[in-house]
Amino acid sequence: MTTEIDRQWTTRLRRRAEGKLPPEKLLPDTQPSYVSSWIYVFGVTTMAALCMVIATGCVLAIFGPQWWHTSSVGHFVNSLHLWAVEIFFFAMVIHLWGKFFMASWRGGRTLTWMTGVVTFLASIAAGFTGYASQSNFDSQWITTQAKDGINASGAGSFFNVLNLGQMLMWHIVLLPLVAVLLTVLHVLMVRVKGVVPPFSDETTEVAR
Amino acid sequence: MTKAFRPDVDAPEWKGGYAPYDILKEGTIALVVVALLTIALALIFSSPDEHAVTIKSWSNATPVDFAQTALSELNGTSGTAQYGAPYNTASEGQKLGPLALAKWAGARIPVNTVRDFVIDPLRALPDQPPLTQGLATWRSASDATRTNWVAHYTKAASQMTYANGQVVVSTTNAGPVPLFINDLTMMARSGALDQALVTQHGFYTTDYTKPLLFLSDGSYLKNLAQKDHLLGTQWGMMNETGSYPGQAWLWLYTFWYQVTPFSTSANADVQVWGLMMLLSVILLFVPFIPGLRSIPRKSRVYRLIWREHYRNL
Amino acid sequence: MHWFNTVGALINLDHPGHFLHWHFIEVSVANAVVMIVMVATFVVALLAPFPGRRSRKENR
Repeated sequence: MTTEIDRQWTTRLRRRAEGKLPPEKLLPDTQPSYVSSWIYVFGVTTMAALCMVIATGCVLAIFGPQWWHTSSVGHFVNSLHLWAVEIFFFAMVIHLWGKFFMASWRGGRTLTWMTGVVTFLASIAAGFTGYASQSNFDSQWITTQAKDGINASGAGSFFNVLNLGQMLMWHIVLLPLVAVLLTVLHVLMVRVKGVVPPFSDETTEVAR
Repeated sequence: MTKAFRPDVDAPEWKGGYAPYDILKEGTIALVVVALLTIALALIFSSPDEHAVTIKSWSNATPVDFAQTALSELNGTSGTAQYGAPYNTASEGQKLGPLALAKWAGARIPVNTVRDFVIDPLRALPDQPPLTQGLATWRSASDATRTNWVAHYTKAASQMTYANGQVVVSTTNAGPVPLFINDLTMMARSGALDQALVTQHGFYTTDYTKPLLFLSDGSYLKNLAQKDHLLGTQWGMMNETGSYPGQAWLWLYTFWYQVTPFSTSANADVQVWGLMMLLSVILLFVPFIPGLRSIPRKSRVYRLIWREHYRNL
Repeated sequence: MHWFNTVGALINLDHPGHFLHWHFIEVSVANAVVMIVMVATFVVALLAPFPGRRSRKENR
């Protein structure tokens, strides 16, 4: 017989979470022995770079959007932000290549793949709005060029790349939120399903 | 009943061994390595920050280009004046096959180049009796008269020069247009036009739509960009000012602009956009697409990744 | 504070870039370096021996 406590939303959610993601899956202390290649380090590298991007972005946010143009310390923080972004994309693309060649969507991991792809696309949008928010020659040129593509799609009527305030808000509020939420979701999915096992290899099996 | 095992969709259950793995330690090491690498790269290479172009700097560097652009805003031949949505209804805009996406979305960011770029800024100039008189003449004139004035000026403007602080165009029957172009150029050279274009809706703003559109209608910004290889035809989307790496991840987006049919298409922007959306959706749905999802298995790159595993089978 | 200025860029990239041309392909040296390093990193990640995973028979 189910009690009132059993029927509570809170209880149900907790039990579901415990079932899907027990602590030893969330924070595992072992990995299957096939997880033995440098290709596996690029996911965590991407996340580390994301942490750096956000941390340096927060420092830029503390002092406001004009600071880095006038302060040498600000310019240095901007440099950190830029290079963290370069490492972020660098690692993410290698992670993507690696996961593609492992066909890592196998075994019910389709949503893990798809959240990864959407995170990649959201990151490109976040990067673009960052370039648009620089308030220098680069952003003048990039926005006046990019407007044509975005306007032609119809999106330009709502997403005005020439509006600095709008671009900055997307860059520092909306898109980071999307990127971080998707990353968390992506990582939780990896923890739920585990790392994809190798293709079963009939030729080797038979040869044995 | 069990379904047949599909090697590109299903994964075999792992029955092999497990090895110790410290996820927190790995994360910490990654963070430290990336932090040190970021600091090193920032110290070694710094980052680009080329000053923004102003309408003041543009009109001082190339007054004739500015005055010609101002004229194009007045006679309706500028890029912005003929743009279509989202700025006005002057043209259909680009179409993706039969789909006029921009037009359907509407002119939600209205820009009237005559009013916003020429007349309203001039009206903001105080204490200039000839200009006040000229603006009054303009206001009371019919559309046909205005068009006639502008046409006369435009015809003579191919010989435009700039000398002794004046825009010189020898023309008659142009009404107040010579005064407008000259005064707007003076206003631009003083820096006042930069302000007037952003403060049309009051003191505070974070919206630079109008000055950016005005700037991009001239050839000054484009010439600067060309020197930095930033033009669309130069794969500019992925380039950066100076010798810095740019958004290299946009290589495929900018690639399409370099090849036919896109390089010669009037609808290239929306076509390339549509194609990239399609390719993004394909990437998203790779796990469902037969053929594509078999590439990993057939390419056998995985044999390298899991070579120890296969060696130990 | 001023050490940032002096150490700001050991290698100054604030000068016109160099570009590689091959038919219609045009790429800045900086981007080319990034992409080559990226592909090289991928290849190295595939080929380099991964240390420290000794206990393949160890069951939990």
